Amino acid sequence: MSKRSVHFKIYRYDPDKDEKPYMQDITVELEASDKKLLDALMRLRGKDDSLSFRRSCREGVCGSDAMNINGKNGLACLTAIDDLPQPVVLRPLPGLPVIRDLIVDMTQFFKQYHSIKPYLINENPPPERERLQSPEDREELNGLYECILCACCSTSCPSFWWNPDKFVGPAGLLAAYRFLADTRDEATSERLDNLEDPYRLFRCHSIMNCVDVCPKGLNPTRAIGKIKDMMVARAV
Amino acid sequence: MGAHYGLRDWIGQRVTAVYMALYTVIFAFCALSLPEMSYDAWSNLFRGGLMRFLTLLFFLSLFYHAWVGVRDIFMDYIKPVGIRLALHVVVLFLLIGYAGWAAQILWRL
Repeated sequence: MSKRSVHFKIYRYDPDKDEKPYMQDITVELEASDKKLLDALMRLRGKDDSLSFRRSCREGVCGSDAMNINGKNGLACLTAIDDLPQPVVLRPLPGLPVIRDLIVDMTQFFKQYHSIKPYLINENPPPERERLQSPEDREELNGLYECILCACCSTSCPSFWWNPDKFVGPAGLLAAYRFLADTRDEATSERLDNLEDPYRLFRCHSIMNCVDVCPKGLNPTRAIGKIKDMMVARAV
Repeated sequence: MGAHYGLRDWIGQRVTAVYMALYTVIFAFCALSLPEMSYDAWSNLFRGGLMRFLTLLFFLSLFYHAWVGVRDIFMDYIKPVGIRLALHVVVLFLLIGYAGWAAQILWRL
């Protein structure tokens, strides 16, 4: 492919230098090998090394380059640069405190994730080899365990914007259902107790922004619905 | 740890929604099959014990549904606890008042 240039509008904010955030207009020439938005961002950083963003695996596994791309959350490394209408408007994930440029403080997000105890709870002594599951039981975990915690979903959720300290958010609730659905886990009733709350679970009104943005194609809304089903089944 | 409530309100909001939808159909059918749109025909419709009961149930459903919805809005947008509590109390009293008023109107017709 021939050389092409991309026009960006990027949210810039360095708390040490800038009084308030501003949008920077910048154009970059891409090489033929630049396929994804992340490639273009690396190219941009070559031009302006003060531009800050997180990145690591560059293939949609680590979840660190989540950002708001033309108004929709996504991973820069999975977004094809040629598909984006220009100017490409980049902002940090909405609703979280900005540390610098496209880097946000994810503390609140991970606090909510930890609050659902994202690990297997089973007090029985482990068998000699491993705790086995039937293929059908294992099937239930598909679409749940693949979450990479990039926070695209939770930061596109208005309920999480308004109550990040109280609402677990789609990512945390997807993980909660991952352990509720696990036949090897024995803390089902404690987990449901933990979520039976007008804020922690029931802030979700199923608007499905989370499903719309998930770069892994997961469906937190369905998982949340299943948690509600489990609560109903337990209560009636 | 959860506050141990929320499920009841969530189911309640769904159940009341279904009932309100059903009542709307029943009410539309009854109102459209009135011989004429006069005060007598109208008040006759509500003189039946069943219709009165169904209508009161509709209003109670509406107020419960509205209570959960309005409380949700306050939880999202009103951050100071004192103001939120005061608003909750005002809305609760209003809705209970409306429920009494609805009963009064129905049994006066």
